[in-house]
Amino acid sequence: MTTHLRIVAAGPSSTIQDRGRVGYQRYGVSVAGAADPLLHAAANALVGNRPGEGAVEFTLAGDSVTVEGGPVRIAVAADAELAVDGEPVPGWTSLRLTDGQTLRIGALRGGMRGYWAVEGGFALQPVLGSVATHIRSRMGGIDGGALKAGDRLPLALDQAADRGERCLDPSLLPTRGDRLRVMLGPQQDYFTPAGIEAFLEEDYTVSHEADRMGCRLDGPAIEHARGFNITSDGIPLGAVQVPGTGRPIVLLADRQTTGGYPKIACVVGPDVAALAQMRPGERLRFTAVDAAEAGRIQARHRELVDGLPALLQSAGGFALYDSGRLLGFNLIGGAVTGWD
Amino acid sequence: MSVTTPFPAPVLRAAGDSALIVELGDGIAPDLNAAVHRLDRRIADARLSGIVETVPTYRSILVQFDPAVTAAEPLGQALLGLVAELTQSTAEPQLRWIVPVCFGGAHGEDLDEVARRSGLSTEEVVRLHCAADYRVYMLGFSPGFAYLGGLPELLHQPRRENPRMVTPAGSVMQGGAQAAISPIAMPSGWHLLGRTPARTFDLKREPPFLLAPGDRIRFTAISAAEYDRLEGISGYLPDCETITPSVALMQGAAA
Repeated sequence: MTTHLRIVAAGPSSTIQDRGRVGYQRYGVSVAGAADPLLHAAANALVGNRPGEGAVEFTLAGDSVTVEGGPVRIAVAADAELAVDGEPVPGWTSLRLTDGQTLRIGALRGGMRGYWAVEGGFALQPVLGSVATHIRSRMGGIDGGALKAGDRLPLALDQAADRGERCLDPSLLPTRGDRLRVMLGPQQDYFTPAGIEAFLEEDYTVSHEADRMGCRLDGPAIEHARGFNITSDGIPLGAVQVPGTGRPIVLLADRQTTGGYPKIACVVGPDVAALAQMRPGERLRFTAVDAAEAGRIQARHRELVDGLPALLQSAGGFALYDSGRLLGFNLIGGAVTGWD
Repeated sequence: MSVTTPFPAPVLRAAGDSALIVELGDGIAPDLNAAVHRLDRRIADARLSGIVETVPTYRSILVQFDPAVTAAEPLGQALLGLVAELTQSTAEPQLRWIVPVCFGGAHGEDLDEVARRSGLSTEEVVRLHCAADYRVYMLGFSPGFAYLGGLPELLHQPRRENPRMVTPAGSVMQGGAQAAISPIAMPSGWHLLGRTPARTFDLKREPPFLLAPGDRIRFTAISAAEYDRLEGISGYLPDCETITPSVALMQGAAA
C-alpha cells in the first residue's frame, strides 16, 4: 500500500512547488516554483532530498497532515508553532512520524511563506517537467490547485530511511533587510530622471495586492517619460513593471510570461525571495547594483543553497518530546524573525 | 546599457541577473517578427552555453541564462554576433497549419456584428479570414495563447466594450489588429468569429502545444456537422504543411 499524507486542514494558500517549469515560457506557460527557493531547499535538505524536489509552500499558516502508512520523515522550514498529536515539536528539524500521527503547522511568527518537505518527495506526475502548482492555469500540484482538506498526497517513499534526524540552525541563514537590490532595465529609458530618482530614493510599502504572481507597492508615483505602453515582451523574475498609475508591481514566480508595461528594473534573485516574504505594510527601498555586483550576489546565494546540507547538524540524542530541547530550538528559531 | 550593431539596429537590454533582452526593433510588423524567429532559431542552433530558455516576442527575445555558467557580457556579445549573421540567413522552412473553423451562429456569436461594423457581409468576413496568411507572432497571456498577425486591415476594430467572462476553448477571435485561437475557456474582450475543433493546448496530447512562435496559419471554413465530426476525433490535429521561407516572406509582405 502506498504511503500517503492526508490533509486534515489546509493553510490559507498551500501549494506544491519545486524549482518551476523551465523551457515553456515561449508557449505562454508561467514558470511558477518556490517563491523562496532558499527555504524550499532548506526543507528538502532536512529530509535528505535534492534541492529541487517538490515540497509544500504554505502562506501565513501551515497545514495539518496525518500519516497513512509510513513511517514518514518530514521537516518544516519555518518559524511557526508545530505539534504532533497535540505535543509541541521543534521546527528546522526532521521528524519521523508513524501511521496515524498528525503534524499540525500553525501560523508563521514572521514572513509570508514557509515550507514542509517529506523524504523522497511526492509521487506526482510532473506536468511539462515540473510538479510546481500554477493555480491560474490549473497546472501541476494536485489538479492544479491549492491543497484542501481531504486531499491525499501520495509519497514516493513507502517508508522513511533508517537514519538519525537532522536539524538546521536558522540563524546560519542570511538576515534579510528592507533593501532590495535591483539592476536597472530593461526599459529604464521609459522613465524620467525624476521617476528613476523616486524609485531609488523613496520608501515603498508592500500593499495588500500581493500574491505569488506579483507584489503591488504603495509609494510615490514613478514618472514615465513616454507613455506606459511598450510592445509586449518577456518578463524576467523580479521585473518591476510600472503601469499608468506610476505604482510599481514586482513580478514573482507565478508571473505572466509577457506584458506590455515598461519595466524600470529587475530585483536580483535572492532579494526577490526576500520581497516574497514581506507582509503587507512592510516598507522597503530599492538600491541599484551593476551586473558584476548582481553576479556576485547570485554566486554567494548559490553557494549558500549548495552548502545547505553541510550546515545540517545531527538532531539525534534527544527525544522528540523533550521540552527542554524544544525551548532551545525555539530560541534559535527566533532569529528568523529578523526577516520581518 | 545599450550596445548596438549596424543591422537591424539591435539593442541589448539588461533584464536582471539572469536574463538579457535582444531587441531587433519596435512595433508589431511581419518582417520584424520574422527576423525575431530567425534569430531565435539561430540561438537554439548555436547551443550557446548557459542559456536556460528563450522567449521570442513581437520584436525581441528574452534570453534567460544560468549565471553559474555564463554572464551577461560574453553572452550579450555572442547574441549580437548571431544578430549580425541574420542578413546572410538562408531560407528556413516553416510550418503552416490549416485550421478548420465553423464560423458564425452559436460557434461565433460576434460574426454578424463584426461584419456590420466593417460594412461587409458575413460571407465576405469569412472569405477575408480564410484568405489571410496568419503568422504566430508570439505566445503569451496563458498557456498556448497565440497572438496572430495578418488580420486584413478591413477587419481591424477595437475590442468589445464589455469583455465576456468566459469564451469557449477553440474560439477563433479578433481584437484590434490581431487574431487568436483561445487555447482554453477563458475571459476575453475579443470578438468571437467561430470555433475550431482543433485544440491548441492539450496536456494529454504530445505535443501539448499545437502552435509554436513563428508558425503560420490558414483558416478554412467548415460546417457545423464537420465541426462535430472532427471534435469527436480523440487527439485531433489539423493538417499541416511545410512552406519555404521565400514564399513565406512574400506572403508576409502581401498580408
